[in-house]
Amino acid sequence: MAEFKEIIMPFKNTPGGIIQAFHAVQKKINYLPENAIIDAAEVFGIPVKEAYGVATFYSYFSIKPRGKYIIRICESAPCHVAGAAEIIASLERELGIKIGETTGDGKFTMELTECVGQCQATPVITINGKPYAGVTPQQVAEILAEYE
Amino acid sequence: MAEELRLVLKNFGKINPLKVEDYLSAGGYKSLEKARSMNPLEVVEVMKKSGLRGRGGAGFNTGQKWFFAHNIQADEKFVVCNADEGEPGTYKDRIIMENDPHIVLEGMAICGHAIGATQGYIYCRGEYPGVVDTLNTAIAQAKEKGLLGDFNIEVRMGAGAYVCGEETALIESIEGNRGEPRFRPPYPPVAGLWQKPTIVNNVETFANVAQIIEKGAEWFAGIGAKSFPGTKVLTLTGDINKKIFIEVPTDTTIKEVVFGFGGGIPDGKKFKAVQIGGTSGGFIPEEFIETTIDFDSMRKIEATLGSGAVFVIDETRDIVDVVTRIAKFFEHESCGKCAPCREGTMRVHLLMDRINDGKGSQADVALLKKLSRVMASACLCGLGQAAPTPVVTTINHFGMDYHAKVQ
Ligand SMILES: Cc1cc2nc3c(=O)[nH]c(=O)nc-3n(C[C@H](O)[C@H](O)[C@H](O)COP(=O)(O)O)c2cc1C
Ligand code: FES
Repeated sequence: MAEFKEIIMPFKNTPGGIIQAFHAVQKKINYLPENAIIDAAEVFGIPVKEAYGVATFYSYFSIKPRGKYIIRICESAPCHVAGAAEIIASLERELGIKIGETTGDGKFTMELTECVGQCQATPVITINGKPYAGVTPQQVAEILAEYE
Repeated sequence: MAEELRLVLKNFGKINPLKVEDYLSAGGYKSLEKARSMNPLEVVEVMKKSGLRGRGGAGFNTGQKWFFAHNIQADEKFVVCNADEGEPGTYKDRIIMENDPHIVLEGMAICGHAIGATQGYIYCRGEYPGVVDTLNTAIAQAKEKGLLGDFNIEVRMGAGAYVCGEETALIESIEGNRGEPRFRPPYPPVAGLWQKPTIVNNVETFANVAQIIEKGAEWFAGIGAKSFPGTKVLTLTGDINKKIFIEVPTDTTIKEVVFGFGGGIPDGKKFKAVQIGGTSGGFIPEEFIETTIDFDSMRKIEATLGSGAVFVIDETRDIVDVVTRIAKFFEHESCGKCAPCREGTMRVHLLMDRINDGKGSQADVALLKKLSRVMASACLCGLGQAAPTPVVTTINHFGMDYHAKVQ
């Protein structure tokens, strides 16, 4: 698809730019479709298996479609002891999905993550990169409402 | 009570990070100018004499590292700032970059002069998109004012892999590859990015450079602990009253950090343990909390200073459960390149899970200790080598907790 090439091409002459190119693709559609990986391999002149290897190495990249909003819940030790499990339970209740799943309307995907560096108040979740620190189970519905 | 000493964070809250004029009026970029009036080897010597050691975890003498790269003839050399900050419970590099980006850029440019590099990279973790914007703004402003001279800096965004904080994995990632650590030697100062001599330093390390050039090696060497001078930015998390960041001289004790600055344990509970340096750090029991936080003192009690994360747990916590969580972290973050780490982190997690579920035995605990020894010596990089530390230190210091859970 020409569409991906357009996104990827600007990085062609950046040494090691494939990761930046993948970031750019994901900024548009939240995951890396097979065609995007094949296109990237062509643009950067590397075997498809290598481009695929890069795409699957990093936890930020997904080769499966995801929702419009990606909710990541930190489960590193500081957030773990601060009650990350209760936040997960609350999110699962509100959204009717489990970790790794996407809501039927394609809106929210839930993922686990390790520390996102916002531990000044724990537990922490991020929604499309925006951090919410010191979240309580009661706040979950309110936060989700921001994305209605 | 001991007091904070804000050197790296001297501009925190005092300047607008998005205005280079603010940094300039605070005396910014004078050190770069001064460094450029010195010959490169002189700069390296000042750094060496200051005793500054890396703030990213390994504690290597920064000037010594620069000397290796300075000494090699090459058509191209690189300066890389490690802003991957993936160590759980750590956010000090974010605080520095968000509030004073130019202090990092200036340190990098001084390094560039010292080793003879004109290209720098900042590898910033993907979780900090706002920081990437701040850095890019700062770079553009410094360029526009001609402050960096012929030194270029490009920001690269990571994509969520803890191992990419390891310097050779980070280099692989900048090159656009899977972030798997390289075999060493050669070390990056000899052959790093695109096989060229490369200095990789932590954000906080670079943030220390300008003041050393400005105030001199002796001034710096006189602050804090003798063998690990200067200050350290710490981030306090877990069961602690004040979840804050602080900057203190390196001869501050753990007790002062937790009970002084941190205000102790909430709800009248008692202290159980503190894990310092991030998730691969050792757990420290109460008997050692008079230890100072500097690198060598921590080593003596089989702990680390690491990234400066300070994670406290109170007496009501199930330490075996916490360590099981940590074991899962390492299984997940192991890159899979070397077998001892790939298999070892998986087995450690399996055994910890079993013990945590009440299904383990004393033999499992013994096995964990043996496996830890194997991993510490056989794993390719620091990830696998240090992964068993929380397990071993808790077995050693909190053996009763394991005993209570095994059959
Ligand atoms: C698994 C692993 C993760 C690491 N993560 C980081 C990191 O996030 N930031 C960092 O500065 N150093 C990290 N390091 C240490 C780097 O390899 C390297 O020693 C450091 O960047 C050197 O800079 P310094 O001398 O200024 O400390 C990590 C090391 C290992 C083994
Ligand atoms: S431990 Fe959860 S954000 Fe740092």
